[in-house]
Amino acid sequence: MNTTTTFSMKSAPTIPAAPRHGGIWLPLAVAVALAAAGPVLTGYLGDMVVKVMILAIFALSLELLVGMTGLVSLGHAAYFGVGAYVTVIASGDGAGNLALLVALAMLASAGYALAVGVLSLRTRGVYFIMVTLAFAQMAYFIFHDTPVGGGSDGIYLYARPALGPLDMENRLTVFYVVLAALVFTYALLALIRRSRFGAALAGIRANEQRMRAAGFATFWYKLAAFVIAGALAGLAGFLVAARDGVVNPEMLSWHISGEVLLMVILGGIGHLRGAVLGAIVFTLLKELLSTHGIVGPLADHWQLTLGLSIIAFVALLPKGLIGLVQRTAKEAK
Amino acid sequence: MDFATFLVQCLNAIQYGLLLFLLASGLTLIFGIMGVINLAHGSFYMVGAYMAFALSPLFGGNFLVTLIAGTVLAAVLGYLLEWVFFSYLYQREHLQQVLMTYGLILVFEELRSLLVGNDVHGVPVPSWLAGSLPLGDLMQYPWYRLFASGTCIVLAVALYLVVNHTRLGMMIRAGASDRDMVRGLGINIRRLYRTVFAAGVALAALAGMIAAPISSVYPNMGASVLIICFVVVVIGGIGSITGALVASLLVGFVDTFGKVFFSEAAGIGIYVLMAAVLIWRPEGLMGRRA
Repeated sequence: MNTTTTFSMKSAPTIPAAPRHGGIWLPLAVAVALAAAGPVLTGYLGDMVVKVMILAIFALSLELLVGMTGLVSLGHAAYFGVGAYVTVIASGDGAGNLALLVALAMLASAGYALAVGVLSLRTRGVYFIMVTLAFAQMAYFIFHDTPVGGGSDGIYLYARPALGPLDMENRLTVFYVVLAALVFTYALLALIRRSRFGAALAGIRANEQRMRAAGFATFWYKLAAFVIAGALAGLAGFLVAARDGVVNPEMLSWHISGEVLLMVILGGIGHLRGAVLGAIVFTLLKELLSTHGIVGPLADHWQLTLGLSIIAFVALLPKGLIGLVQRTAKEAK
Repeated sequence: MDFATFLVQCLNAIQYGLLLFLLASGLTLIFGIMGVINLAHGSFYMVGAYMAFALSPLFGGNFLVTLIAGTVLAAVLGYLLEWVFFSYLYQREHLQQVLMTYGLILVFEELRSLLVGNDVHGVPVPSWLAGSLPLGDLMQYPWYRLFASGTCIVLAVALYLVVNHTRLGMMIRAGASDRDMVRGLGINIRRLYRTVFAAGVALAALAGMIAAPISSVYPNMGASVLIICFVVVVIGGIGSITGALVASLLVGFVDTFGKVFFSEAAGIGIYVLMAAVLIWRPEGLMGRRA
């Protein structure tokens, strides 16, 4: 029953063709607009924007794997959670150094990604999905069952990280730090995509065997992508810990892994702006479906409506929202 | 650890392993034949367990009738689900199947909460299995757990016979190795898919019903068991039923004895086992080299 090979051969042609290099103007304009609007975005709206930006970083980190390399990981929450836990644990009982904590969180997540990557990249296709999920669950159990992270209740941050005038106790600082992290992540991935390394990843996604035949040590390319993606997810985890001041094992649960994968697919695989769009739409959709003022008593059962929305989405929009945008744009011409 | 305790733990490990086998065999069959990775498989386990809880009063607490009725209902559910949700997904990527089954998990979980609520419910052991088998002077072993193991063994043998010695089994094996050729030979592959899916759902639900008196029924019981099933399938090798059996028992023993010796980190043992297998044989114990 040789199913793993048929998987990789069958799925290759359906993955989007070589990414078009989208202009840098739209993302740049959005970033500038956000930077300008920072002081005005307060209260609920401000919280939502920060939340969406953090999730966009998380979704972008997964897009590096799913969209750019063709590796479907269903355990991405592990690196997110490890980053957050390391932030809180390393802070101890004082305010930690912001720069040091970011570096530590990203290093720890990258380290766990390295260990998981070495093992899981020995497999492919549907195996890879299951193995990444299982290793993420292992990380979940480590924080849930052992006392390192305060068990199932999680642990609190005594004081938020700071660096000179940058104090994460300040809402505006949080906003700009998160925005800077998002711009950094987006720019880094955009650069990777244009680089030789990115081209090799695109080649691996299209046809790994051919890349290997062409002399590329594909395993190491994939491992590098996996570790970078883990580090960026750790960055998102750091931001969550610094913003909320609390982490619990639910951050590593497989629901989160599923949600972030959903954001990437919802937006449209193979586009950086797709991951960002997916993070925005998914967060808004979840918010909408669980707000009493909008959907009435159904809000208590948002999982039901969310699940049905996901199913409808899979049936109707196989290429994601970006695909829809492109299709309508084409029809308008 | 004295011998009697050791024996009891062994029996527990076998019983847990066999239960996992019922689930994992369905998962691996569905993947092997249909190429669908079914995240909702754990939900069917949960549906089964809740059926054992909810149907039993309807049949006057008769456990065997409940089991049979529940299995039939689950098979019908599987048949319908395949028809409504899965049949249009075969040409799509795995990613979309993952998403859709993820959506189904949310729907099932919420429906469960709507219909039965979020409380933990115990399911009584049928009276004719209520006692325990004495082992030595101090230890005893519940009859019900022996019954659970026995049922699983019977089902495993039946599954083996069906897959290896019937016409349907021949079609299943052929479908797993070359889907297009089977279609070319004039076999109704749609009906085959629907049958296999219904059988997989029925097996998962049956496992849930058998487990219900032991573990009681509780929210999210499907999710945790699903991931353990993935570990089993990865260790055993995708599409291999023998592999699923060996891996289920291995996982059963590692988990049970892990709880005895390292209670702090018991949840991690099976993942270490999986990592070891991946280093040694990335295609799984019984999987074919890709």
